[in-house]
Amino acid sequence: MRDPVEELKDLARRAAARAVRSGAEAAEAMISDSVELSVKVRLGEPELVHEAGSRVLGLRVFRDRRAAVTYTSDFGGALPPRGSRSSESTGDAALDRFIDESVTLAELAEPDELNELPAEGSFAPSPLPELELYDEAGLSVTAAQAIAFAREGEAAARGYSDKITNSEGATYSRTSGATAFAIEGRGRGGFSGGYRSSYQSLTVEPIADEQEEGPHGRKKRNGHYWTAARFASALESPESVGREAARRTIAKLGAEKIETGALPVVFDPEAGRGLLRALFSVLSGGAIYRRSSYLLDREGTAIASPLVTIVDDPLIPRAPGSRPYDGDGLPSRTNVIVENGILRTFLLDTYSARKLGRTSNGCAGRGVGGAPHVTTSNFILQPGTATPAQALSGIERGLYVTDLMGFGFNAVTGDFSRGAAGFLIEHGQLSRPVSEVTVSSNFDALWRSIDLVADDIDRRSSTACPTFRVAQMMIAGR
Amino acid sequence: MITRHDTAAPPLGSHFESISAPLARKLLELALSSGGDYADLFFEYRAGADFTYEDQRVKSVGRGITCGLGVRVLKGDATGYAYCEQFEPEAMKRAARTAAQIAAAGSTLPPEQVVPVAIPDFYPVATPTASVLAPEKLALLRRGDLAARAADPRITKVVCTFAEEQKEILIVTADGRLFHDTQPLMRYGVYAIAESSDNSGKRQTGSSGGGGRKGMDYFDDRSPEWHGAEAARIALAMLDAVDAPAGEMEVVLGPGDSGILLHEAIGHGLEADFNRKNTSNYSGRIGGRVASELCTVVDDGTVGHSRGAINVDDEGNPGRSNTLIENGILVGYMHDWLSAKHYKIPPSGNGRRQSFRHNPMPRMTNTLLVAGPHDPEEILRSVKRGVYAKRFSGGQVNISNGDFVFSLTESYLIEDGRLTAPLKGVNLIGNGPDVLTKVTMLGSDFQYSDGIWTCGKDGQSVPVGVGTPTVKIAAITVGGTRA
Repeated sequence: MRDPVEELKDLARRAAARAVRSGAEAAEAMISDSVELSVKVRLGEPELVHEAGSRVLGLRVFRDRRAAVTYTSDFGGALPPRGSRSSESTGDAALDRFIDESVTLAELAEPDELNELPAEGSFAPSPLPELELYDEAGLSVTAAQAIAFAREGEAAARGYSDKITNSEGATYSRTSGATAFAIEGRGRGGFSGGYRSSYQSLTVEPIADEQEEGPHGRKKRNGHYWTAARFASALESPESVGREAARRTIAKLGAEKIETGALPVVFDPEAGRGLLRALFSVLSGGAIYRRSSYLLDREGTAIASPLVTIVDDPLIPRAPGSRPYDGDGLPSRTNVIVENGILRTFLLDTYSARKLGRTSNGCAGRGVGGAPHVTTSNFILQPGTATPAQALSGIERGLYVTDLMGFGFNAVTGDFSRGAAGFLIEHGQLSRPVSEVTVSSNFDALWRSIDLVADDIDRRSSTACPTFRVAQMMIAGR
Repeated sequence: MITRHDTAAPPLGSHFESISAPLARKLLELALSSGGDYADLFFEYRAGADFTYEDQRVKSVGRGITCGLGVRVLKGDATGYAYCEQFEPEAMKRAARTAAQIAAAGSTLPPEQVVPVAIPDFYPVATPTASVLAPEKLALLRRGDLAARAADPRITKVVCTFAEEQKEILIVTADGRLFHDTQPLMRYGVYAIAESSDNSGKRQTGSSGGGGRKGMDYFDDRSPEWHGAEAARIALAMLDAVDAPAGEMEVVLGPGDSGILLHEAIGHGLEADFNRKNTSNYSGRIGGRVASELCTVVDDGTVGHSRGAINVDDEGNPGRSNTLIENGILVGYMHDWLSAKHYKIPPSGNGRRQSFRHNPMPRMTNTLLVAGPHDPEEILRSVKRGVYAKRFSGGQVNISNGDFVFSLTESYLIEDGRLTAPLKGVNLIGNGPDVLTKVTMLGSDFQYSDGIWTCGKDGQSVPVGVGTPTVKIAAITVGGTRA
């Protein structure tokens, strides 16, 4: 059996070559081929077993500097290769037709002088960095084993306390697959690369009922906890996931609004991540050239407190956001985005960099169904030296936020307002649970007024941060 | 098959010629071969296209095709689900056998025969946008861009988008019914940035869009010029926005898009999967009061040509209109096959799924608050100090405790019964079971939203609609920055 990555690379190369032969001056083909298993157990019984494989080919073609972006899952015959292996055909008639039509489709767009491949010699060189993104062991988990993991996690939550009265269930998922990317340009050289990857996760979501009857019946409280990793051996045990989920759920019992007022606010790593995602949205080259960011013209200036350093790093072995090359086929590189509060660079892909008169810093992401665009890899607010407990100490009255809800961020003005839940901080301690409030501030003021960054970074997801504290935000409640 | 080369048109005509009734019956036989209680097959072929106009040129054109078969097998409350991405007999049989594994004993007989069932047509489209030549659609983008720019020299950036899809589905159920539907969907939008002409550096955004299960006739009622001017108007109005107040106060919701309040505050909580599992705030409350007497709430999948309309749901139940709340009393939930069986009632036509890759669950279609008795002007006049909400970017709800939030992108301060200053973007947060009991006035000016809303649940997106008249809420928390 051939290496699955080589199979896909071969097809991607043939697809890109076919597009060039049918009139494109350049073409990029990306193929993703994955299998997934997802099981959900609720109250001890399997509720869903979902199992399938998926294969999609995405294409971007340039013709006379006009761009078309297309995708299809309709290419039954092309893998494994059969019949002709020449560059004139992918081996599947439907796919050949699809490619030819994609090239024709580009005629509808209007020319854009920036639509061309990156300069020759700038593509990621072989061999690609080995980032350990694939765990063979993940794939071997059967549906029965997955059900057992989920059952164990849920049982641990329900057994933690008799206050856990119900369950949204426990879900175990694994995906495993390969991706390949090929770029072919007429007289421009090209690129081809590919890699395998895996990911598995377990989430437990228990429910507790309030004992007291409110004006509209008894409220329910849900909490959740999860573990996820590329390597199965790095997952937390189902039992610890279940117990932590239960602890978080019970802690929410009795939550209520607090009075409206300006308070210091501490964000736990999960809620803080939401703020970091929103900050990325105004740091991307796409937002900058579209003038859709409050951070235009702010490079080299302070956009955050000196405690804030943010790095985008695709080269961390086994990390969820790692990748050996970017969505334009350029080498992956580590970028310091914000250094001690100073904005060092925006995140740029090839197109946005050209639009801004610069060169890409390798931040293109690419899904199979769309054009390359600026994305993060592992986007990390670097941990500080304080402990999470120190984040609370000295606060007479404040809010500790564990959940954010809704939208409410205006990228152009930086106005930020979201629903929040968490705990009241009184005399340096968490005192009682809070829900149904909003936290609001201008984002520029928020990031500049961070006065503590803790050391408890949570690396489960590709956007990651530790606990941090904002000196003051407006809380709207009663 | 793809027949046109001169357009970005998704192919029209059926893609299911290779799917015969005997083949469907064979697949059901395999799906039920381990003793499942029920099974269904969901064949889908979706072709979509999109166009983006930016920097005064057609920036990109895109097209995508996804197709496949999803096989679902039910055993008790458990679902086995598998799919394949080809209509190739061996791949389809493999999916059926995989899904069958949810059941472990015995075997269930497939239907004796598979018979097509006629369904109504709530969205006949004489000329789907997909069959219209691309230049005509590109002209719409240019017109929207021109209109937004012409509105004011302070409009510095405009992006126009047009997206369309044609989705063909074939559903075959274990009791031998076959449903065939073609679902067109289009959406048009203009996004504008305004920059103040003084040296303040102030910038703001505005957007306007719409669509539905319609053809090019959509633009007869809502021209690109209208959307362009509207996006520009909002961006310009927001240049003068002031900090929003913080705290509980009276809020008036404008007609139309404000229906997202219903969608979040109460709609999700009335999806019967949550109630069947007793995880919703509304579990066990049928027959009880959950809203003020003014409120009658309907979920209506039959609103002609609307974004949320369905001729048939994704489990093979015809689209319907279901009353959820009548004069403040909870009278029903929205069901899928599993919950209807649990409650021993007929299906409500709310079993929906994002695609053949997803299992169905109870979902909303068009969620509507029926018009009330009050003059909208009178509602506004009754407010001494509050907030008037007009445009929204979205909302979210926590099903179990009922907290919901929604985000305003265009809102105004109400002072002494009149709209005064525009407010910076702000969230409203409330509790579902609480907020509808605080509806103290309800306008006579019911409006549907234009077709822009997409609902997400458990990682699945489906197109939906909302509608409401002007609504006055006696107290809700406004999440501004001004104490």
